[in-house]
Amino acid sequence: MDLLAFGKTGWGDEMALATLATLAVAVCSFSLALIIGTLGAAAKLSRLRFIRILLDCYTTVARGVPELLIIYLLFFGGSGILMFVAGMFGYKGYIEVNAFTIGVVAIALINGAYQTEVFRGAVLSVPPGQIEAALAAGMSDRLLFFRILVPQVLRLALPGLGNCWLSALKETALISVTGLVEIMRQAQVAAGSSQMPFLFYIVAACLFLFLTSFSGYGFRRAERWASRGTRSV
Amino acid sequence: MDPVFMVKIIPRILSGAWLTVLLATLSLSTGFLLAIFAALMRRSRFILLSAPIRAYVFVIRGTPLLVQLFFIYYGLGQFEIIRQSFLWLVLKSPFWCAIIALTINTTAYGSEIIRGGLESVTWGEVEAARAIGMSGFLLFKRIVFPIAIRQALPAYGNEVTLMIKATSLASTITIMEMTGIANAIMAENYRPMEAFVVAGAFYLAFNFLMTRITQWIEWQLSGHLRPTKPIAIS
Repeated sequence: MDLLAFGKTGWGDEMALATLATLAVAVCSFSLALIIGTLGAAAKLSRLRFIRILLDCYTTVARGVPELLIIYLLFFGGSGILMFVAGMFGYKGYIEVNAFTIGVVAIALINGAYQTEVFRGAVLSVPPGQIEAALAAGMSDRLLFFRILVPQVLRLALPGLGNCWLSALKETALISVTGLVEIMRQAQVAAGSSQMPFLFYIVAACLFLFLTSFSGYGFRRAERWASRGTRSV
Repeated sequence: MDPVFMVKIIPRILSGAWLTVLLATLSLSTGFLLAIFAALMRRSRFILLSAPIRAYVFVIRGTPLLVQLFFIYYGLGQFEIIRQSFLWLVLKSPFWCAIIALTINTTAYGSEIIRGGLESVTWGEVEAARAIGMSGFLLFKRIVFPIAIRQALPAYGNEVTLMIKATSLASTITIMEMTGIANAIMAENYRPMEAFVVAGAFYLAFNFLMTRITQWIEWQLSGHLRPTKPIAIS
């Protein structure tokens, strides 16, 4: 138990700090994915066929290729891609991207694809009659969006978003391959130096379990709050 | 990106494909059978049967697969007792550890999917079967299970895709499947884009094939739901 103590003798404070790092990666990538998801859903429902096909390609690839592969690709190829793009604008220097940014971008790209589908499904399940009614009542597009669409889409998308959040949280463990010190990486380091892998992977599992169950509870509360205006079966 | 180099590495990446396929099929098929039992136990009236499954699903779904994999491969080997026992024959091999971790994982997710399917079987169907004298295993085999599977199939198709993607984690415990080989190629030539793009394309193709197969099974199982062909009256 000394091994888990806080301070110099144990790994307690390191693990606590790593938990914060995991949370930071998860929160940043989930927020970024929210933006990708909303824009993606809007684009997928667009009238332009070209944009729809483009978005179909994105969601198919991002959901069909292993997360680990995408992380490796961005980690080893990320600065190459950036330098290529920067080169087109005339910048010839070397660009290095840190592991945190790579992790956030990789998870956001993957999670954004899932969120695109969640939001698209939510928009499509708003009954068309309501939109017609709003138009008939003389609402402008803007008003219709904020008064009719947004409140309902948020409620309908919440369960799906909860799942996306949980998978983002669990995918952060894969970022450990880039050397970023989050729960999994810290557990590996501690297991290696103390020769107690059993203990430290159990601790890592417990920390993840704590994060997922705690935020899962939060999402259930939010769902109840969001659907307070609807009749329960 | 260099197309010539990409073509050149295809045979090498493909040499790891059989391991990917083996990992996916072995864990998915074992996991499917175990998931049926787990779902039945979870729905049992006896708390001694349902509570362990509930806890199991909670733990597995709440932790990343990578943690589970490392726990089984590195964590269990810590103890002298395990290293002395017959279990070590299995646990010392990264391949079997990966199979165990993937199977444990898919069983947890699969059991929830099948439970959802079982819950969609309506009382009327069960009552009708009982009224004509079916009970126990026959009732399950003929009525409950086919209806539940048909309901669960679309979600199970997603689980198949997730599992195929999850096999890539096996590369972290030294298994040279497609991701592992792509990583090796990257390290040798420092050409990350080519290696990972080719590997990614194969994963996509494999996933595409598997979703088509699930769709085909779905089609086969839903014949009675399709409108019948109009019979031409001459």
